Amino acid sequence: MNAAAMADVMTKDEGDTYDVDANRADFPALSLEINQKPEVVIERMNQAYRGEYANVHRGAYYLSQKATDNYEEARTKVARFLNAKKDDEIIFTRNVTAAINLVSHSYGREFLKEGDEIILSHMEHHANIVPWQLLRDETGIVIKVVPIDDAGNFLMEEYKKLLGPKTKLVAVTQVSNVLGTIVPIKEVIDLAHEAGAKVLIDGAQGIVHSPVDMQALDVDFYAFTGHKLYGPSGIGALYGKLDILNAMPPYQGGGDMIENVTFEKTTYREAPARFEAGTPPIVEAVGLAAAIDYVNNVGLEKIARHEQGLLAYATERLTGVDGLTIYGQAENKAAIVSFTMDGAHPHDIGTIIDSRGVAVRAGHHCAQPLMDRFGIAATARASMAMYSNKDDIDALVDALNYVKEIFG
Amino acid sequence: MEDDIRELYQEVILDHGKNPRNFRHPEDATCEANGNNPLCGDRLTVYLKLNGEKLIEDAAFEGRGCAISVASASMMTDIVRGKTAQAAESLFDIFHKMCMGEETGEAPDEFTDDLDKLMVLSGVKQFPMRVKCATLAWHTMNAAVHNEASATTE
Repeated sequence: MNAAAMADVMTKDEGDTYDVDANRADFPALSLEINQKPEVVIERMNQAYRGEYANVHRGAYYLSQKATDNYEEARTKVARFLNAKKDDEIIFTRNVTAAINLVSHSYGREFLKEGDEIILSHMEHHANIVPWQLLRDETGIVIKVVPIDDAGNFLMEEYKKLLGPKTKLVAVTQVSNVLGTIVPIKEVIDLAHEAGAKVLIDGAQGIVHSPVDMQALDVDFYAFTGHKLYGPSGIGALYGKLDILNAMPPYQGGGDMIENVTFEKTTYREAPARFEAGTPPIVEAVGLAAAIDYVNNVGLEKIARHEQGLLAYATERLTGVDGLTIYGQAENKAAIVSFTMDGAHPHDIGTIIDSRGVAVRAGHHCAQPLMDRFGIAATARASMAMYSNKDDIDALVDALNYVKEIFG
Repeated sequence: MEDDIRELYQEVILDHGKNPRNFRHPEDATCEANGNNPLCGDRLTVYLKLNGEKLIEDAAFEGRGCAISVASASMMTDIVRGKTAQAAESLFDIFHKMCMGEETGEAPDEFTDDLDKLMVLSGVKQFPMRVKCATLAWHTMNAAVHNEASATTE
């Protein structure tokens, strides 16, 4: 972060105010569809490519040392952000999907066997469903699903009924990417541990809506992705307790993850190196570190409060649109609103309101089982970010009225 | 941009989208295929009744999707009835180019009326993401004719 940008965020952090206009000015592009990137992240990556680029862990020259330092500092930054006990508990991956596949392939093949049960929720993204189905087809594990109610609440009592001596792993999302439901993960984790099961939390949406603490949660695995944290695409991280990680076999083989290689036998390094074969996303790690700085400087709790205010406003305004149905009214909800409109398919809504400069995502949101649960094929979804404001919501509502005008 | 939207969502399309023609499952269909748009979850099934000369005696569909994909399926099933499967495929070639905003060249006279009707769907060329919506039914019809179980826009 350059000095001017630092000064900018420092003034923002004074007192308890939240200056959304200042936040907006930090971003070259804004959207209700996906989290855009602040200038400081783009600039930091630009700088890393221009003046600090080399492969990491290649030793004896200045640029490689600089790149390695940057990369490992990014790991430290992520570890602190998650309050992990050790930096080595952070494995850089491509995204959440890659992180979950790492666990299903490595941990799953080693420790789960035929008849073992794993528990998912009905709100999972395909990324937290399909890897387990692949593992099931290979090993014969059994997948159980925690139901939700019509408002989208995670049914804790049903979850308790599913837990048992055969339960070996619970893999659930922290926040539904469709309904916005905030799952009480601390309770989920504690109950799983009482039953002797490990827990993986999909933090793709959760990471950006509230601070998380690996040690307080006592979670076994936690996955998140950089691009939802106002960072670059192409990088995510898997947190894993170190003793578990070091008991897991390698997932992908290649350079950097080995101690010694002969054609007869290869020995592997410990975590995180064991799980980071090949050239890693070096500059993306630098960008992620800059994004974490940015978010920390604004204050994750302040962002969460700002988003909650907007969520209340958006819910109220959208409820006032005739023929509009909101999916997801859980008691604890992140700033995501999914909806359908009578007579207009979500894709048509998406295209039409885009013409008014409002970008929302329309589709099944990689959560088809959840769509089936509500008997719909798709929804339109507005997702509020640190830079969103009431004008964005008003523009959305105006654009939706335009949709109604067209569809009569 | 708003002109493009009005161009895309013309009355004819809105009407076909709301009140799709041939939205049924004919008992005597000789072939069918499922169309799937995996990115958005749209699904439809196209049913054809072909006679010995591969003439399309009946065409119908069922499924769910956006206004564009439903309207396209509705219009297609009207238009291909009475054509040979081969003619329907040739018409799709031209229609596909129309949707992509490509040069269609000189179309055979027999298609003049059909292409006039299909012209209302050509507004998708301003919206590349929506071309697959307009062409899903046609891809599915092709799959049915060739006895393939399914078509996808991917």
